[in-house]
Amino acid sequence: MSQIENIPVKARSPFSEAFEMFRRNHAAVVGLVVLAIIVAVAIVGPMVYPGNPFDMVWAPFTPPGQEGYLLGTDYLGRDILSLLIHGAKVSLTVGISAALVTVTIGITVGALAGFYLGWVEEVLMRVTEFFQVLPTLLFSMVIVALFGASLPMITLAIGLVSWPAVARITRAEFMRIRELEYVIAARAGGVKNAKLIFSVILPNALPPIIVQAALMVGSAILFEAGLSFLGLTDPNVASWGQIIGSNREYILDASYAVTVPGVAIFVTVLAISLVGDGLNDALNPKLRQR
Amino acid sequence: MTDPLLKIENLRIELKLRSGPIPVIDDLSLELNAGETLSFVGESGCGKSMTALAIMGLLPEKVGSIGGGRILFQGNDMARMNPAELRAIRGNEISMIFQEPMTSLNPVYTVGEQIAEVLRRHKGMGQADAWKRATELMDAVRIPNAKARVGDYPHQMSGGQRQRVMIAIALACAPKILIADEPTTALDVTVQAQIFDLLRDLGRDTGTATILITHDMGAVAEMADRMVVMYAGRKAEEGPVEPVISHPRHPYTKGLISCVPHLLAELTEERPDLTEVPGIVPSLGSFGADACLFASRCYMADAQCRNARPPEVAFGPQTSACWKADIV
Amino acid sequence: MALLMTILQRLAYAALLLIAVLVLNFSMMNLAPGDVADTIAASMGGADAEVMAQIRAEYGLDQPFLVQLANYIGRVLTFDLGYSYFYNQPVTKLIFERLPATLLLVITAQLLALIVGVLLGVFSARHPNGIANYFVTLLALFGYAAPVFWTGILLLIAFSLKIPLFPVGGMIDVTVEDNFFAKAVDIAHHMVLPVITLGSIFLALYSRLCRASMLEVLGSDYIRTAKAKGLTQREITLKHALKNALPPVVTLAGLQFSAVISGAVLVETVFSWPGLGQLALTSILARDTPTILGILFFSALVVVVGNLLTDMVLRAIDPRVRGRA
Repeated sequence: MSQIENIPVKARSPFSEAFEMFRRNHAAVVGLVVLAIIVAVAIVGPMVYPGNPFDMVWAPFTPPGQEGYLLGTDYLGRDILSLLIHGAKVSLTVGISAALVTVTIGITVGALAGFYLGWVEEVLMRVTEFFQVLPTLLFSMVIVALFGASLPMITLAIGLVSWPAVARITRAEFMRIRELEYVIAARAGGVKNAKLIFSVILPNALPPIIVQAALMVGSAILFEAGLSFLGLTDPNVASWGQIIGSNREYILDASYAVTVPGVAIFVTVLAISLVGDGLNDALNPKLRQR
Repeated sequence: MTDPLLKIENLRIELKLRSGPIPVIDDLSLELNAGETLSFVGESGCGKSMTALAIMGLLPEKVGSIGGGRILFQGNDMARMNPAELRAIRGNEISMIFQEPMTSLNPVYTVGEQIAEVLRRHKGMGQADAWKRATELMDAVRIPNAKARVGDYPHQMSGGQRQRVMIAIALACAPKILIADEPTTALDVTVQAQIFDLLRDLGRDTGTATILITHDMGAVAEMADRMVVMYAGRKAEEGPVEPVISHPRHPYTKGLISCVPHLLAELTEERPDLTEVPGIVPSLGSFGADACLFASRCYMADAQCRNARPPEVAFGPQTSACWKADIV
Repeated sequence: MALLMTILQRLAYAALLLIAVLVLNFSMMNLAPGDVADTIAASMGGADAEVMAQIRAEYGLDQPFLVQLANYIGRVLTFDLGYSYFYNQPVTKLIFERLPATLLLVITAQLLALIVGVLLGVFSARHPNGIANYFVTLLALFGYAAPVFWTGILLLIAFSLKIPLFPVGGMIDVTVEDNFFAKAVDIAHHMVLPVITLGSIFLALYSRLCRASMLEVLGSDYIRTAKAKGLTQREITLKHALKNALPPVVTLAGLQFSAVISGAVLVETVFSWPGLGQLALTSILARDTPTILGILFFSALVVVVGNLLTDMVLRAIDPRVRGRA
């Protein structure tokens, strides 16, 4: 016994191993840093740069850098930098909460389908297919149009049209894991279904779902940008897509007013997808070898 | 004596690692005469398949490249041929069947098309002629109801039938050499015997020389005229099957044979205990060493074996690369 | 016979999906605040309770929900999607006027993305160290992260404002000669930027998947067999590898029809392309419910037909799918 205890144990927690894998993906680390900066801007920015971004501050179409306006002013003479900073909060909030809605619906549907199989699966998967037939953007446009263009409604609409992908992944993972020995053992031991789903299977099914959820934040940001570009957003809240949408008639006079907010969206989503890639490396090391 | 059909001279195949090239096939020489069956024997990883792929000019880039020596087919060095010249030989004059019949056929084309394709490629046949000939070949490899099955897809056939199709593809152009790389390993025992029968009969009928790669000593005794025993990328022993099996001149051959007791029982009346060859094939790192690579597993090994590569010693038609060949 | 059964099965399922879309449509119409009577009343500049009740009775709005639903589905089956009070036209007519433009844009973009994506994927799989490989990786990142309307605007600024190669928007010039060839050329000229914009997202998806799929196939045993047969590299790649690498790409493309239509809404807005997407946006801003729901139904129809076609293509490529029936 004493000999065994003397052997130095070098086993590392799965958490630190995952962290190590993530760190090795340099692009993902860069993505994470960029993302952290954007989040910081979204939180701290409005305090450093106060005031209503919708206020007219100078003559319209002031080019970037002039009159002390780093990114210039748009067709209504609004400070684009201020719009961008205040828009960051909206884009990120809607992106993250819509991803949460997506993942919640997706996991619920996928877990039930993958756990119970039989008619439950049949019905749920048909419902999933049904949602995949409706063009996502068009469907969410309809929801927003019929039920009002408030931020919560936009969030809900995005979640409501995006969940099928998560449901499919969750279902596949559940179908795989439910046949593994430890689940069969737990089941034979009389563990209740609810406990099987939430404390036995779900934790083990999470890695690919987490990766998908990260990518969902990016998709949701793009989605929100698309809706607000079309003008289907709360008109009293600044958001990146909305700046582009409202300025797009004036690309001849102020192309920077549409290109710059696009860069913000692009960089944010790119950073998220790089982080998603890194999470994939960290959480699904087997997949990576393919 | 006429020239051999295939003559390999001092072949060296190198795997390029960061630490430098490693010879995975080291100074291999052998000959194959028209119509004969030669068997490559040895454990997995000893270089049998690699030699076969080198003959076909199909060495995957990542696995290795020819670092020296010659592969003379009818007097022409295949190691120096350009891709077009090699393609004209592959599937035409030298063809090959593989270990995995389940995955070696293309799943999205009919078996008839996969046979007819080689005929069109090498024999310049038209669509209809090639298809007709494909049906005949299916019949020749003893697939029942060939006319109906020629339009089947691989997934509609069993493993044994797929291997028969592979044989039909390989023999379609009446090649001079057929390389069979463990053709029955993935099949049921009963099917294995059928495939070996088929290979032997067809080889005899067409006068095709066969290189049979296997670790099944029973199949060697039954099928082959001569055998080459390989170990760690080098030739350990070579010779006609009968003397090599009845009186091996290399401890490795001896070990391989004693793993299959009934072989000796048939040939020599004596029934030794079932043994195995202890240990495993050495790691790649030691492959270039000037020593007998089998020494670490050999009950006879001494300092000489560990410090110098043994030369080949001839015993009549048999040769052995062992310092102690005369007393094995 | 078995094939016929499968096709019938698919068609029945597709019909079921579309009816489900109608049920959803109708439910949303009922759940949303305000109804047709309100719309008509609004367009008349206000009406008293009696007139409202009259209108409701006329449109069957006083009937039970299920009866109304059955009536609605019955009307749709006769291609009656209702009447747009905003455009003063039947919705079906409105949609049929705009549908060809959207289909032209969507199908061209899909096909182009698919063809170029497959070519890029094949090429970069064949040359793992080549420049095409980096291009595919970069394209995949860009295609995912760049908002499609922004890409469109960038192209618009670059290639019709700064370098005036292509028109700023629309589908055809009013001044173009009235013969088929001249019209076709003019439409093609207008299409270039929208198609590239819409196609770029999907090009990124397809080229990346095709590369992965080709790499996997090129390492398989039957490719080794093909090499052992003495086939040329071109025959091996195009005949033996590509046909095996295609099914996943085709499957993905089939799943993208709904995303392509979503993208088309944005692209049509950027380039003033006179299609369903533009119609959808205007009718949404005008709260023209019958038109909005009609468009949603028709786009679902396009997706369903697209999925059926994908299925047929998959069957043609892969005999194993055929066997499964």
